[in-house]
Amino acid sequence: MLDILEQVGINNYIYLSTLLFCVGVLGILYRRSTIVMLMSVELMLAAANLLLAVFSVYHQDVSGQVFVIFAMAVAAAEVAVGLAILVSIYRNIGSIDIDKLKNLKG
Amino acid sequence: MITIIFYILATITLGTGILTVLAKNPIHSAVYMVVCFFSIAGHFLMLNAQFLSVVHIIVYTGAIMILLLFTLMLMNLSDQHEPKKKVASRIAAAVSVCLTAIVILAVFLKANVVIESYKAENIDFQSVQVIGQVLLDEYMVPFEFASILLITAMIGAVLISKREKKA
Repeated sequence: MLDILEQVGINNYIYLSTLLFCVGVLGILYRRSTIVMLMSVELMLAAANLLLAVFSVYHQDVSGQVFVIFAMAVAAAEVAVGLAILVSIYRNIGSIDIDKLKNLKG
Repeated sequence: MITIIFYILATITLGTGILTVLAKNPIHSAVYMVVCFFSIAGHFLMLNAQFLSVVHIIVYTGAIMILLLFTLMLMNLSDQHEPKKKVASRIAAAVSVCLTAIVILAVFLKANVVIESYKAENIDFQSVQVIGQVLLDEYMVPFEFASILLITAMIGAVLISKREKKA
């Protein structure tokens, strides 16, 4: 199992995480439900984490994986606060449709 | 053999990612997202990063997915139809995502990245023991700041979602 990057090739991992990131971007642009947009942000973060881990293995250096752990901590905090904001929004306007959140426009 | 497993896992990752984005019911989206994260944990396992794999499963499917599902239950959205965006903006979204993907992939295809041949030296660099030593030795201060960040997020989440008194 040590030589997986020799067999698969680092290029394939780069393409995979690029495509996963683009799927996340599609979710942000395509959907109106805020909770699905939050999930898309999670997908994009996971793509970045995967690439960090791949390059950590490629350089035989553990620092990349430590950064992945920090990114996971930040992602967990982000989801907790984001969902709290969503619940608060739902209480106030009774829906989480992103297009209804235009009070700031006046 | 490993290559076949990689392609199967990559197919699962991308397919369930797309299903996450396109599923109508948000609960189905959450479940597909969990399958996607399990396959990413499989990728970590194939890279021999055991600690990351287990932590990914615990954090994402244990904590984040439960949070998402409880929020969905709290909002009771499953029977309520999400109004679709206008056709023009949906087409614009699809086109711009395709362009983004083409540009990034073209950059990586044409960039002539300096990738010297990968050699696996037989040194232990990513076992749980090494990660623990590096995390608590070299990255001690960021580790402590991460704990401060987590407790701030916890307090913030409680404060934001607390029901306000009717004034």
